Amino acid sequence: MNVKSSLTLLDGSRLIVESFVKSGADIFIGYPITPTNWIYSYSQKRFPMMLAAPDEITTLQWMAGWSAAGYLPVTATSFPGFALMVESINMAYMMELPMVITLAQRLGPSTGTATAGAQGDLLLINGLISGGYPIPTFSPSNMKDCWELPNLALRTAVELRTPVILLTSKEMVMTKFTVDLGDLKELPRVTRKFYDGDEPFHPYKPGPNLVPDFLPVGNDRWQVRFTASTHNQDGIIQHTSPEAMENTKRLQSKLYRNLDSFLRFEFDETPGADTLLVSYGITALAAREATHRLRSMGYRISLLIVKTLLPVAPFFYRIFEHYRRIVVAEENLNGEYKEILFGKNPGTNVVGVNGIGKMISPDDIVEGVIEND
Amino acid sequence: MTKFVETSNLPFCPGCGHRVAVINTEKALERIGLNPLDVILVTDIGCHGIVDKNFHTHTIHGLHGRSPALAAGVAAALRNPDKKVIVYMGDGGATIGLQHLVEAAHRNFNMTVFVLNNMLYGMTGGQGSGLTPKCYKTMTYPEGHPQAGYDLVELIHAARAPYARRLVGRGDYSDIVEEALKINGFALLEIVEVCPSYGLKFNRGKRLDYFLEVSGIEEKLLIHENRQPFTLSERETAPLLSEKLAIEVEFNSDFKGTKRIVASGSAGEGVQSAGEIFATAAITSGLHATKKGAYPVTVGVGFSTAEVIVSDSEILYTGIVVPDVAIITSVDGLGHSLSRIQKMTEDGILIIDDSLDVPETRAKVIRHPFRKETGGRTAALRALAFYNSKVERLFPEEALLQTLRRSKLAGKVKENVLKFD
Repeated sequence: MNVKSSLTLLDGSRLIVESFVKSGADIFIGYPITPTNWIYSYSQKRFPMMLAAPDEITTLQWMAGWSAAGYLPVTATSFPGFALMVESINMAYMMELPMVITLAQRLGPSTGTATAGAQGDLLLINGLISGGYPIPTFSPSNMKDCWELPNLALRTAVELRTPVILLTSKEMVMTKFTVDLGDLKELPRVTRKFYDGDEPFHPYKPGPNLVPDFLPVGNDRWQVRFTASTHNQDGIIQHTSPEAMENTKRLQSKLYRNLDSFLRFEFDETPGADTLLVSYGITALAAREATHRLRSMGYRISLLIVKTLLPVAPFFYRIFEHYRRIVVAEENLNGEYKEILFGKNPGTNVVGVNGIGKMISPDDIVEGVIEND
Repeated sequence: MTKFVETSNLPFCPGCGHRVAVINTEKALERIGLNPLDVILVTDIGCHGIVDKNFHTHTIHGLHGRSPALAAGVAAALRNPDKKVIVYMGDGGATIGLQHLVEAAHRNFNMTVFVLNNMLYGMTGGQGSGLTPKCYKTMTYPEGHPQAGYDLVELIHAARAPYARRLVGRGDYSDIVEEALKINGFALLEIVEVCPSYGLKFNRGKRLDYFLEVSGIEEKLLIHENRQPFTLSERETAPLLSEKLAIEVEFNSDFKGTKRIVASGSAGEGVQSAGEIFATAAITSGLHATKKGAYPVTVGVGFSTAEVIVSDSEILYTGIVVPDVAIITSVDGLGHSLSRIQKMTEDGILIIDDSLDVPETRAKVIRHPFRKETGGRTAALRALAFYNSKVERLFPEEALLQTLRRSKLAGKVKENVLKFD
């Protein structure tokens, strides 16, 4: 921002929408589900183009069409809408179409409570893609992240040719925070690059980073094929040919190969600490405060705030091995990220601080750490 | 091989109407004089879908029934009348994706949909679709369908498609395909065929004409004149972040520490705005502030709670477990905040409208007739001002007054709401 120190009272929705537009998103397509109402209404004002869709299946299909034609579409939804999008997100994943889906979590199951926050959709995202392939998932942990992560999400979508999830929750997008506009850094603009070679174009031929070049449908140079079914490098449907299987496996390996380019986390390390607190998203607010309090009480504790939740970075396990005890704080019943990181039976040295229907508080985390000390 | 389609190895059973449809499409495209890369063929799941590998056009192979929505996205994005977006889908896909067809017709996306209606789901074993005719035997209804399928052409016409037509797909009908392709806007052409595998197997001895007659299926053309195709232009917009939002620090506060304030009232009584004005006034006084809202799904009914935190240092956690101050201005608000009021200690302050029963609490209770003095719609703002003026001074009264004057409530809320004798 070209603004000197300027204090404001802002919500995450405003930052996310402005960040998307500043970063180069072309169009918002969506349906106004709670708690993304503000994202929708800000998008209506701000995006260069806006398309009101009648439902979430249509939303994702329209987005896929825009993406196939070379544009950068984004949307926002919550679980009931996201559930309808699942098949189409798989389609976009298989077709390798860049787009970003913001998922603002609310209390479930089903329609649950639309105006109560939650962190209950991570296991769904972890199993979203049939076959268990990861989908890049970012989760803003404060207002600064609401500004910076949409940019990274968009860049990752373009550079890796993939749909990307921005996972947030009601209290991040509908609470107003004191934000200094002067603290918001300039965002590099994300632009889609199109194949300009003279050799015939193959829509799924892997590039050096395993990501295929892109050309939009409708271009006058080369035929383009996008295919949701198992296909070879030309996008021709195949049963299980070796080339097609290599292509399908590449959907995962391209993400791990390039993970460093989109891995973001905050590691606040205390030398010699034997407890590590792990959190993300809205609960990161409480985790930071709990860490301050515990340290002021004399506890030696380190804090890991994960911003790139999926795919899980193998690097995290190098951090984990230095700790005798790991506490994972998140606003759900059973510890969804805990299960993703450590399995269903993680042993006694991994504990969760969990709850539903209200934000996890710093007190909850402090108690959780002390009880399990 | 032709310009648009490799026809020597079309992937259809002998006698399949899909083959005839593809050849007619090919002829029509040739006659219109397009180039293959001017055409984007969108297909989905079904026997028709596997033909895309024979096309030299751009192709997109999507999900069952979703091809009209996917194609609509492409058509809306291309915004180029020289490019032709074509959909091939089956009657099964049209059943699954009926909403997408209705929406595309209604919005009038510039695309041509060919529904290859062979009266059943062919690829999955011959199940009936929404378009299957009466008496037609399918795997789903071995004794014959009890009722006629719905009339897709009428439905799409009702959605105001510029062009909706049904024909029985025999021989050379490329002139009609050409006519549909030339429509500026949304066109749907339903081509009725018989599936030579399942249709004939289940309905031996019956001819297509028999079912057309029994079902009342007839060729028809329905038009809406003078509809403009969907267009979307890029527009200039103003940034959401600008210095207009900046809150200047113009006042001083010597408040030290953090106050967690819960203001609970009723929806429609300006509780959220009051919380935001209070938080903004704190910022104008050099403090940090957050404001979190809680309300039911319904708008204008039930409780509305604003949770405001004011601090002399950065606020990390925005929730309030036990408030330092609870401000209650209605029965709805009392109901929502009751459990937290009961958790408050002797250090807490409960400020409550004097029309309400005071709940059991250890907090210090202050009753005041906010609703009576300036009305329910300003009770929350007045009660917050009362707290700052009469109970605990977090920032100068002038800060609140000035924030109100610069807010969207300026002129709507009288300034005496903030004043006390």
